[in-house]
Amino acid sequence: MSSFTIASIPREELLAPGHRMCQGCGAAIVMRHLLKALGKDVIIAHATGCVEVTTSLYPETAWRVPWIHVAFENAAAVASGIEAAVKAMKRKGLLSKEKRVKAVAIGGDGGTYDIGLQALSGMLERGHDVLYVLYDNEAYMNTGIQRSGGTPLYAWTTTTPVGKLWRGEWRRKKDIIGIVRAHGVSYAAAVNFAYITDFYAKVKKAAEIEGPAFIHAYSPCVPGWRHEPHLTVKIAKLAVQTGTWVNYEIERGTFRVTTPVPKRLPVEEYLRLQGRFAHLTKEEVDTVQRMVDEDVEYINRLAGTVVIGPVERKS
Amino acid sequence: MASLPGWRTLPPGAVILEPGSSVRYKTADWRTLRPVIDQEKCVRCRICWTYCPEPAILELEKPYTAKSGRTYRVTYEIDYDYCKGCGICAEECPVKAITMVEEVR
Repeated sequence: MSSFTIASIPREELLAPGHRMCQGCGAAIVMRHLLKALGKDVIIAHATGCVEVTTSLYPETAWRVPWIHVAFENAAAVASGIEAAVKAMKRKGLLSKEKRVKAVAIGGDGGTYDIGLQALSGMLERGHDVLYVLYDNEAYMNTGIQRSGGTPLYAWTTTTPVGKLWRGEWRRKKDIIGIVRAHGVSYAAAVNFAYITDFYAKVKKAAEIEGPAFIHAYSPCVPGWRHEPHLTVKIAKLAVQTGTWVNYEIERGTFRVTTPVPKRLPVEEYLRLQGRFAHLTKEEVDTVQRMVDEDVEYINRLAGTVVIGPVERKS
Repeated sequence: MASLPGWRTLPPGAVILEPGSSVRYKTADWRTLRPVIDQEKCVRCRICWTYCPEPAILELEKPYTAKSGRTYRVTYEIDYDYCKGCGICAEECPVKAITMVEEVR
């Protein structure tokens, strides 16, 4: 691992305050540190989503780097165009050949799992030198908490309500990194800001690698997950400690878990802090636990060793 | 709101030319709880600054000498113009140097 510590985080803020992201917004923390890790020499194409609407209320913007708002589905396509334009400018001598300008696409889970999947796939297939960042708050939060392909099992949303017949979302969350991995990309990683040095190491690595790279960032949502605003970081940490979220990277086909969890906490500790899981019965919590166990087993199989340990219950 | 800019004065494509201009919009009135840092207790670990979503915690080159005699190079202060009062800083502070008090206006 690199010797990056919390003290090495640059002081300069590239995301200005005054944006309208919610109290305790997880995506705001993601964006702030993403920009710090990337630095100033980037051009961002941002799909429609929470962060896009709350940071660019005309005539003001919270971004201190070049930033383009694009439609819901084409962040990856526009970022591909930016990368091609930078190449063309270098060829024509309009930009120094040594100058490294990174094209970055940012999308939410709706703009990546569902609507932008085709553009993302095209970008990965063509092999553009673009970093795609997915901030995953697990539903369409900006338009009023509608479920997306990233919504986990049993989560309440306005389109998967809880009643006699429905118990919230009944489908499992898509394995987006698996989809990206299938394109044979050089680098794909899952990051969680509760482990901030790991976050920086991965974003920096993804930006330096030539060719398409993908970052999947965990991003708690106060109104959508129905949790207290001060618990954002605590929930992010619990996601890793319960094995619900695994920090890993796939670098040129090599799989590596970057945050090993020798003893897992029961998933209930993660679920009970969030109102979107408040309706869960004991059996349903057990089902979620079994699902997490299966996912952890899959991760351990990929890693070739037990990096995420068994659940340890406090008696 | 005497006169709104018309299409002749706006840049083509309604491009925003000033980076970080959202600083003009103060989000202080979102707050119902106000974080207060006890400079004596604070150990300058940088965690509150790291996890502020705004960012509304300032890291200032302002030396501070605690009563214990220990001198710190930096001081952390809350930017009350932008703090929305989420309380992440108080929750994450490892030495409980930040308390949330009711906002009285």
